Amino acid sequence: MLHPTPILKESPSQTAGPYVHIGMTPNFCDITGVCDVDLGATMLTPDTKGERITVSGRVFDGSGAPVADAVLEIWQADADGVFVSPPTRNSNSVPAFTGWGRQPTQSDGSFTFETIKPGRVDGPDGRPMAPHISLWIVARGINIGLQTRLYFADEAEANQGDFVLNKIMDPRRRETLIARKEAGPVPRYVLDIHLQGERETVFFDI
Amino acid sequence: MSGIILPGADGSLFQRERAWHPPADTPGYKSTTFRAPRHSLLALGPTKSEMSGPTFGHEKFGALDNDLIRNFSQDGTDAIGQRMVVYGQVLDENARPVPNTLVEYWQANAGGRYRHKKEGYLAALDPNFGGFGRSLTDENGFYHFRTVKPGAYPWPNGGNDWRPAHIHFSVFGHAFAQRLITQMYFEGDPMIWQCPIVGTISDKAAIDQLTARLDRHNTTPMDALCYRFDIVLRGRRSTMFENKPEGN
Repeated sequence: MLHPTPILKESPSQTAGPYVHIGMTPNFCDITGVCDVDLGATMLTPDTKGERITVSGRVFDGSGAPVADAVLEIWQADADGVFVSPPTRNSNSVPAFTGWGRQPTQSDGSFTFETIKPGRVDGPDGRPMAPHISLWIVARGINIGLQTRLYFADEAEANQGDFVLNKIMDPRRRETLIARKEAGPVPRYVLDIHLQGERETVFFDI
Repeated sequence: MSGIILPGADGSLFQRERAWHPPADTPGYKSTTFRAPRHSLLALGPTKSEMSGPTFGHEKFGALDNDLIRNFSQDGTDAIGQRMVVYGQVLDENARPVPNTLVEYWQANAGGRYRHKKEGYLAALDPNFGGFGRSLTDENGFYHFRTVKPGAYPWPNGGNDWRPAHIHFSVFGHAFAQRLITQMYFEGDPMIWQCPIVGTISDKAAIDQLTARLDRHNTTPMDALCYRFDIVLRGRRSTMFENKPEGN
């Protein structure tokens, strides 16, 4: 039978607070020895298939100040457009690419992910969405984690037909999700995130 | 029947009940002033990208990952403070356990001091306390860890605001759209009701949901108190998996 309504209420969100780096990137803030590496710090292995890219940017608040105490997580498909669902506990087969990364912002609000360009994934309308990376941002002063996406400027044609981008009527706001490309041996895609203000990023209710 | 899609057949989650959560802009908590988006959120609908999510069963976890009394110990002795075990079940809104999901937690030490370079509170650091740990939930969605009770501490919000004793939690679930960060408070603490961050939540029943219960029955004799804190993540609308754990 169908459940028309949930049985339980979701636990209400609370801000991650000013010390979120302790809990989510402990080595980054000098709490060493508990775990060898910060989870999600490295997304690539030598076996990862696909085009290596760097995704970077800065996070700003509504006054234009950099947000130095944020954590960003990304989730993306692999080069074939497949979301890897790694095997369960105690399995020995670590996937070559898990699709998930986590980075702290630095003192200037900047973040950097070394990843691959994702393949296309079918949207709810059955047509492929443009290549994209899902993003989630938490910090002091953010009461509930902010969800958004990063799209690629060099995918203009795919972006034109994208299910999500086409929900954004204002072309200026749509631009807030599209990372510009800087050429190099490893292409760099740059997207600044504005929590508030004239260039406020589009955030989603998913 | 073609063209009819049953609710949840696309893996979608129940819509997030935003009024149960704090709104973005909460003047009593001043840090939100320049960090709260002003535009309304764009309703996305379910897509594969956010209805899937990372899993962590393949990660290697250390034996002390869920022991904050010992996992940062520099000289082999225990962290200072009121010893306690915190445990609970991660469930979804359908009341199904969420197994094999990552739960991370962080907190101040017994004096209310965080181990962080930007923290300036007078209370002393404990050289043997880092304040971070993590667990994977078991097949029934349970996690547990050992720690010391964090102290309350003052913070520069209003001039003389104090945080009640609390532990931060980060939980994943199995969809990126289930991602949740929250805080756990302690039953009976009068500081809860004076806190501007707690006060970002308007419904008293929602605050109650973040308040851990003393579990007298599960205290460890001559050793540790015990608190129970269950966490509920968004549930899938699909009922294809009736009576099975979420995500399986």
